[in-house]
Amino acid sequence: MSAAEEVVTEAPAIEAVPKRAMTLGLGTSVVVLAALIIAPMFVKNFIIFQMTQILYLGLAVLALNILTGGSGQFSLGQSAFYAVGAYTSAILMEYSGMNYALTLPIAGVICFAFGFVFGQPALRLSGVYLALATFALAVAMPQLLKLGFFEHWTGGVQGLVVTKPDAPFGLKMSQDMWLYYFTLAITIGIYIASLNLLKSRSGRAFMAIRDNEIAASAMGINVALYKTLAFGVSAGITGVAGGLGAIAVQFVAPDSFTVNLAIQLFLGMVVGGVGWLPGSTVGAAFIIFVPNIAEGVSKGLSGAVFGVLLFLVIFLVPHGARQVAMMAQHLLGKLMKKN
Amino acid sequence: MELFTNQVLAGIATGAIYACMALAVVMIYQAIDHLNFAQGEMAMFSTFISWQLMQWGLPYWWAFLATLIISFIGGIAIERLLFKPLAKAPILTNVAGFIALFAIVNSLAGLIWDFTIKQYPTPFGSSPFLGSQLISTHQAGMIGVTVLLLVLLFLFFQYTRIGLAMRAAASLPESARLVGINTSWMIALGWGMASAIGAIAGILIAPVVFLEPNMMGGVLIYGFAAAVLGGLSSPLGAVIGGFLVGVFENLAGTYIPGVGNELKLPIALALIITVLVVKPAGLLGRPIVKRV
Repeated sequence: MSAAEEVVTEAPAIEAVPKRAMTLGLGTSVVVLAALIIAPMFVKNFIIFQMTQILYLGLAVLALNILTGGSGQFSLGQSAFYAVGAYTSAILMEYSGMNYALTLPIAGVICFAFGFVFGQPALRLSGVYLALATFALAVAMPQLLKLGFFEHWTGGVQGLVVTKPDAPFGLKMSQDMWLYYFTLAITIGIYIASLNLLKSRSGRAFMAIRDNEIAASAMGINVALYKTLAFGVSAGITGVAGGLGAIAVQFVAPDSFTVNLAIQLFLGMVVGGVGWLPGSTVGAAFIIFVPNIAEGVSKGLSGAVFGVLLFLVIFLVPHGARQVAMMAQHLLGKLMKKN
Repeated sequence: MELFTNQVLAGIATGAIYACMALAVVMIYQAIDHLNFAQGEMAMFSTFISWQLMQWGLPYWWAFLATLIISFIGGIAIERLLFKPLAKAPILTNVAGFIALFAIVNSLAGLIWDFTIKQYPTPFGSSPFLGSQLISTHQAGMIGVTVLLLVLLFLFFQYTRIGLAMRAAASLPESARLVGINTSWMIALGWGMASAIGAIAGILIAPVVFLEPNMMGGVLIYGFAAAVLGGLSSPLGAVIGGFLVGVFENLAGTYIPGVGNELKLPIALALIITVLVVKPAGLLGRPIVKRV
């Protein structure tokens, strides 16, 4: 309330994550990959469907992780990009009969453009203000999709039904299993691309901006460009995830993309460990299974149980799955030494 | 012209709701530098407590007073138990904590009082105010209480020792500690006051939007919009922002073709983004200067 201007030394929004800590070792990666490939052969179709869900939501969490863990910007509006991707895929498949696989890159490009444009005003914001602006975007999106103006394309409140693709080349596998492998392939592709992105010159620029914006610009990094670029890349990947989601769920409607989805993705990132890309899948598993577990514990109190579990995670392992993985690694190392 | 005046009046009436909520948002932002996403749910829970007290036969104003005290203590308890340990944690962890709190409070209220919509009484009556069909006496009373609250807050922060201590703790914690202010308890106090103001907002809003666990969803978003518009560091700005958002929303709905009821919310949000881009500190907020 004083007239004097406030002077603050702002700490970076998130702790710096060393670059090497962002990935898994080669050995672990191979084991995880093998498990992901073999697992669906032994489980029921419904569980395969859930695993598919983990993969594409994990992809959306990964996208947020690039934005927040990489360039240090918040977003509570990822559901908007997800919705745009899902609708792009659904509309292309239903109205122009395009092959489902071809719709994904288009969804990605459109979302990249959308994210890049949205990144322009977001440039001037940081911290809580950015969270608020993106939150506003997420809240507005379902309303916009319901507009009469777009109804011819979006199907209005009712949404669109999408046909599930069959396995190609006469492969003898169920639709669910094919979709799982299809999603897995895309997820792995994007995961590797993201790792390379973060290792590249652009990735280093993101991290420099995250750690100290002014120092970064003093080093000749075009802060505005890279910040919007991070938004664009993140939105593009989220759009692909949204397209995959639309194909897997076979249905898009405005109310599937409320701000709740954005909040879930955000929680997935925190639980998985901010800035640790492999954690994204763990985070996705958390947001898919923990509400179910909570429902199992008590039907009326599922929200409360979910909240309590979330608090437990925050208190016990504030760095999420990354911290668990590191502790496990440490423990393993100790055991090895003893023997 | 009459249409215009009427719409402005109606806007001020709804704006009072947003102003109340924005005031609570600004209070906690001052104390802890975070936006509390669970604020609306805490206010809803307080409103339910007052409703329950009245069901048990307490008169309105006694229930009101008791609810304020309970909310104040409850707010402090939440800070001590859940958020004090997180004070050093990254912002993201704190936001996740707010979301967890949101889920817990919402679900508890649903379990205790179920999700049916309940009537909530008003002490001001609901007849037309001064012969106007657009503002009821309740809405006029609401505006009165908001303004009164604002004056009280101003006096508290400007003229009491503890108000001064709270301001000191918020603007320069290090120096405040050096002159002997217990900054940690000042934060707890901020939580308590924000919670109590939220309770007042909830009690005033409930007769208009009716009482149910999800009553605050929309209101909180407008409250955020109002707080941002007025400046997150200024209680007066928050209240003015609340009225402006209410009026703006109504006028946009009336005069811009194609903006029906369903577009009111996106309009409010577009307003947030525009203000953030053009004048990030808000109408009355202090610009923040970063030291590098």
